[in-house]
Amino acid sequence: MGVLDSDLLARIGTSAAPQTQLVTRRDIRKYSVATGQRQQRYLDGDEAPPMFHVALFWPVLPLTELSANGVAIDPLFPDVPGKRPMAGGIKIDFRLPLRPGDELTATRTLTNIYEKSGSTGALVFIEVTMQVHNARGELVLTEKTTRIMR
Amino acid sequence: MSAVPDLSRLEPGQELPVRHFKAEPVQLFLYNAALWNADRIHFDHPYTTQTESYPALVMAGPLLGDWLAQAANDWVGDAGQLCSFEYSNRRACYVGDALRSVGKVRSVDVATGEVVLELAILNQKDEVTTPGTAVVRLRRA
Repeated sequence: MGVLDSDLLARIGTSAAPQTQLVTRRDIRKYSVATGQRQQRYLDGDEAPPMFHVALFWPVLPLTELSANGVAIDPLFPDVPGKRPMAGGIKIDFRLPLRPGDELTATRTLTNIYEKSGSTGALVFIEVTMQVHNARGELVLTEKTTRIMR
Repeated sequence: MSAVPDLSRLEPGQELPVRHFKAEPVQLFLYNAALWNADRIHFDHPYTTQTESYPALVMAGPLLGDWLAQAANDWVGDAGQLCSFEYSNRRACYVGDALRSVGKVRSVDVATGEVVLELAILNQKDEVTTPGTAVVRLRRA
């Protein structure tokens, strides 16, 4: 194994505290205007467009907990010594539509850390999976974020 | 928006409508406000260009992802639904860029109605900034 030590790998399976948020028509409308949605059901806030959950679950932290460049540090993504984040990808599986009045709970878990060799040295891939359930316990969506560190 | 896609007539290689996006600061501001994202590279021009050495304010990665999701979701319209979607931010986009979303059909499963779409955001230099894939399910007529 290269840069991945046992302390780092032991963090696989760590979850953040679940977060519950209420979907409101006003928040859907703001998101729909800001993203340039063209379907009336989204602009009217009757239903949320596909990526609305990104805004719904963005962290709301005290100003003192933001870094100097204004960024909310995500505690689930560990520092990897000598590595910097360079890119990332997101994959989302949609199960149920989001509507005003829905009370949704997101659970985020560090699901994998692995290494691949690249042309400029080892690349470290860190995966965080977020599952969103509604108040009836039904799975609404799953989102897997992969951060690549170089 | 385009005509409703017809499952019986779809073929791999068929292109989705192109949509053009002007990367401009008011929309970028509203997007980050809707998220509650205070990252300075999206609004603080001196910080972004001098401290971080970017050529201009940086467009938010998930906004580009949203535009790709719209390309698939608007194409489907009422004829079906978006089942899954993935993308990666391969190259930064900046305020002032002339961007466009493109897409084409990769595969069609007439039995299940499942259609796989290849998507991308391109910049004014025709560079792919944000490649993606979507799986949609169309209802059979």
